[in-house]
Amino acid sequence: MSKGVLATEKRGMRELGAEKAVGWDVVTQGTLLYPFESELKDVAHIRPEERPYSDFNSYTATVASWRVVKPVYNRDVCIDCQNCWVWCPDTSIISRDKQMLGIDYDHCKGCGVCAEVCPTNPKSLIMFAEAEEIEDALAKWPEKKKKAK
Amino acid sequence: MAEKVELNEIEVWDGNYAVSQALRQAQIDVVAAYPITPSTPIVENYGSYVANGLVDGEFVMVESEHAAMSACVGAAAAGGRVATATSSQGFMLMIEVLYQASGMRVPLVLTVVNRAVASPLNVQGDHGDMYAGRDSGWVQIDAFNAQEAYDLTLCAFKIGEDMRVRLPVMVHQDGFLTSHTAQNVRPLQDEEAYKFVGDYKPYEEMLDFTKAVTYGAQTEENWHFEHKAKQHKALFDSAKVIDEVFAEFKKLTGREYKRVESYMMEDAEVAIVALGSSVETVRYAAEQLREEGIKAGVVAPRCFRPFPFDEIKEALANVKSVAVLDRSAPMGAMGALFNEVSSALYTLENRPFVTNYIYGLGGRDFSIEQAKTILKEQKANADADDITTNIQQFIGVRGPKLGFFETKRS
Repeated sequence: MSKGVLATEKRGMRELGAEKAVGWDVVTQGTLLYPFESELKDVAHIRPEERPYSDFNSYTATVASWRVVKPVYNRDVCIDCQNCWVWCPDTSIISRDKQMLGIDYDHCKGCGVCAEVCPTNPKSLIMFAEAEEIEDALAKWPEKKKKAK
Repeated sequence: MAEKVELNEIEVWDGNYAVSQALRQAQIDVVAAYPITPSTPIVENYGSYVANGLVDGEFVMVESEHAAMSACVGAAAAGGRVATATSSQGFMLMIEVLYQASGMRVPLVLTVVNRAVASPLNVQGDHGDMYAGRDSGWVQIDAFNAQEAYDLTLCAFKIGEDMRVRLPVMVHQDGFLTSHTAQNVRPLQDEEAYKFVGDYKPYEEMLDFTKAVTYGAQTEENWHFEHKAKQHKALFDSAKVIDEVFAEFKKLTGREYKRVESYMMEDAEVAIVALGSSVETVRYAAEQLREEGIKAGVVAPRCFRPFPFDEIKEALANVKSVAVLDRSAPMGAMGALFNEVSSALYTLENRPFVTNYIYGLGGRDFSIEQAKTILKEQKANADADDITTNIQQFIGVRGPKLGFFETKRS
């Protein structure tokens, strides 16, 4: 996957627990952790992929291995309603300027909320087995359901 | 700016009033509290200072002591000078958050008015709550009277906020015996007191949005041990700063505090180790016994945490028999103070006999006569060159004599 908004150089670069080992005398006072590598002004106005996240930020860690099913996103059906973006508990729906871009698979835990709240017919987000290829999933996308009369 | 209050050279204050005045003078940013007997007047008085415009800080009413301490931790992490007060059941409800505060190394001050812990429900003073805090990672300082409660509360801010310490500090006093007994107190004037405490210096405060910081991180088996080790060392290392703050306070007021207060120990043959308001009772008993020819002395850990291991050892190096008094139900063990004092004395070459007395539970009166009885039993041990009683005894409880364990093995 190319680096960019959906996957940056920092995002998901390491497995949790793979920190460099240091001694008790070197750990931070009060277990304080610093999410950024430098001081920042107006961080809320900096796009996530442009923030200097530190190794102690969960942004740079991946929890992809926790997932057994994954949401697959179908751009052809999506109406950019932002429902999934609002409901995702892990901010793993990537949307920019109200346009849905895709899933942050480094932090998505496969809970299925996004697929559940998707209002389109057929749904634009459907849960598939983790091992399923995205292309194969998109190829077997269901047809629009007709309303029962 | 808060209004200044003119204080008399000598005020007649009880322990609670003394502490509330110290809190006012320290110009605290946030007090979050849920009042409980016998510490209620600390919060009540402080609330009246807020209402009358004598303090500038925030006063947060909360729904429980757990919430009170939680709000304090949040405010301290945000970067403010913070304090609260509690007792007994309230202290027990705070305990979960006490560990959070010390683990996050936020220097807030908790003034504890010691009270027995239910059940049975009891509002009087014993040390059950103070003992329950002894593994919580806080500096614990004990005041024996109202003057000391005032002085040590001012010192507490200076100790905890020192960049070499950055730990929360408890200042203890005995419920009712100290908290509600009016005595002469010599306060500092507002400016003098604030100058001693000093401006609050923030450290990695959460309200600095240019430097984001996470408080309360999770660490599992890969990191927890290292963080706790660092915290433990910081608590032991705070002893040096405590000494410095006490020295500075002495320079300002002439009143001297030490991490271990020794009284008539220079030539003492027998001694009592005690905490709280009983220290003054025991000192009086020791003075009387001196007139009867018994060389008695008193050792009182001013600083319960960090435990003054070396200073206790030094203070009791030359005595023959020591009684360690615990005002907390030990429940299936020896008293906590007995255990800790004994561990320090065990490393001495001439190990004195050490006995344990459980006294004063739930505010039961502790008399000068009882203190003298205890000291006389130590004298008997010294003369017999053996412990002549059970190692642990209850004193002042009704019913047949209650004691546990003997030294004799044959």
